[in-house]
Amino acid sequence: MNQPSFSSRRILRPVRPWFIWLSLACALLLNLMPLGRTPVLPDWVALVLCFWCVREPQRSGMGTAFVLGLAMDVGYGSLMGQHALAYVLLAYAAGTFSRRILWFGPFRQSLHVLPMLVGTQLVMLLVRLAADAEFPGFTYFAGSVIATLLWHPISFVLLLPQYRPENKDENRPI
Amino acid sequence: MASPVAGHSPPPFFRRGPAPLVRLVLLVSAALTLLVVDYRLHYLELVRQALSVVATPLQIAAGMPVKGVRSAGEYFADLARLQAENAQLRREQVALGTVRLRQEQLDMENTRLRSLLDMRERVQVNAQVAEVIYAVRDPFSRRVVVDKGMTQGIEPGSPVVDDIGVIGQVTRVYPLNAEVTLISDKDQALPVQIARTGVRAVMFGAGSGTLELRYLAVDVDLREGDRIVTSGLDGVFAPGLPVARVKSVDRDGSGGFVRILCVPVAGVEAHSTVLIMTPGKPVEPEAATPARKTGGK
Repeated sequence: MNQPSFSSRRILRPVRPWFIWLSLACALLLNLMPLGRTPVLPDWVALVLCFWCVREPQRSGMGTAFVLGLAMDVGYGSLMGQHALAYVLLAYAAGTFSRRILWFGPFRQSLHVLPMLVGTQLVMLLVRLAADAEFPGFTYFAGSVIATLLWHPISFVLLLPQYRPENKDENRPI
Repeated sequence: MASPVAGHSPPPFFRRGPAPLVRLVLLVSAALTLLVVDYRLHYLELVRQALSVVATPLQIAAGMPVKGVRSAGEYFADLARLQAENAQLRREQVALGTVRLRQEQLDMENTRLRSLLDMRERVQVNAQVAEVIYAVRDPFSRRVVVDKGMTQGIEPGSPVVDDIGVIGQVTRVYPLNAEVTLISDKDQALPVQIARTGVRAVMFGAGSGTLELRYLAVDVDLREGDRIVTSGLDGVFAPGLPVARVKSVDRDGSGGFVRILCVPVAGVEAHSTVLIMTPGKPVEPEAATPARKTGGK
């Protein structure tokens, strides 16, 4: 499957704004699932937010990130502003690098995503360690690695509504 | 931004709002303000309560698939296992029945003796049974959520025990559920005493499910396997509740204190049915000596 990037010749339909919000809400639901303290679970909100900030930097950005971060803070019962701060920084980085990342194929895209997700976790770690919390061990970062591996499948799923049928027309160049 | 020429502003083709860096600085400072206000000043509990009312339906929706899978698993559980469990529970009930009879007799005797000795009555403790729904996913703290809340009259600060010993303390109360900070959390402190010698100390969480007794001198009389119980000095926890068992005593503490690691006796990290007790009121010192408040937050 040829993933659409700037260098591929595939053209997408425009994204529908409600679909961005729906996918972010689904990610929030996945994050709020009461699955206990399992460190390998990816942070779905960070992943989907990062995806939309890379794909559609005009439609979703730091404001969206801030609101989602507050929702996560209330849902997790963590320090107010912890997720908000980390997600805002993630959205800024994703929006800044968006025009660079989209030139690459899916594998190299995920190589760009990994440091951003780890950085998000690092910000949260620093905030909590400054607030006298317990260091959760290095398995804490496993979630980011799993999320990076999920980058390719998740970008395929989230772009599904934008694909158009590949009907070849000999008289049309693209 | 282009300046308007002769009262006409350019048409808003590419309206983008403030520059990304400006937006970043604004939102980051907002987040930092929230962090400081929440951590240092604790002003945001009301905001959190209000937002949790909105978030609760979302959490219930998120919990539904998990609950469904779990109840399906229970439905298909082995019949024989359930029967064995039932038989064991029956046996336990009979055993507990005899204990209860003796307990009533002892209670009466105790009241009589106490009145003879002119001592104060022990406070009656009320308790509610609650079910642990899930562990909070925040990896930096050890908390669980139980299915009783403000509507059932749960108060913040209530001690939480299971059938063996102390589990933790209610730290946040939402309308329908409450958050319990486990004793293995790093910030949770508990006034305890060593059952064998009566030495009093303060117990803290030490990470990875263990507990630590702090501020005891190197020559303290303590062995591996000693039982630790609550001292009740804070007035919140009833005295004599089992807390932990000493696992290791490291006496070459360079700081002048002995390093004592303990394992909790109750199933602190195994989540099941718990008992939420009404907190006792902290005891006021009778003389004019202002005692420092110990214990839970």
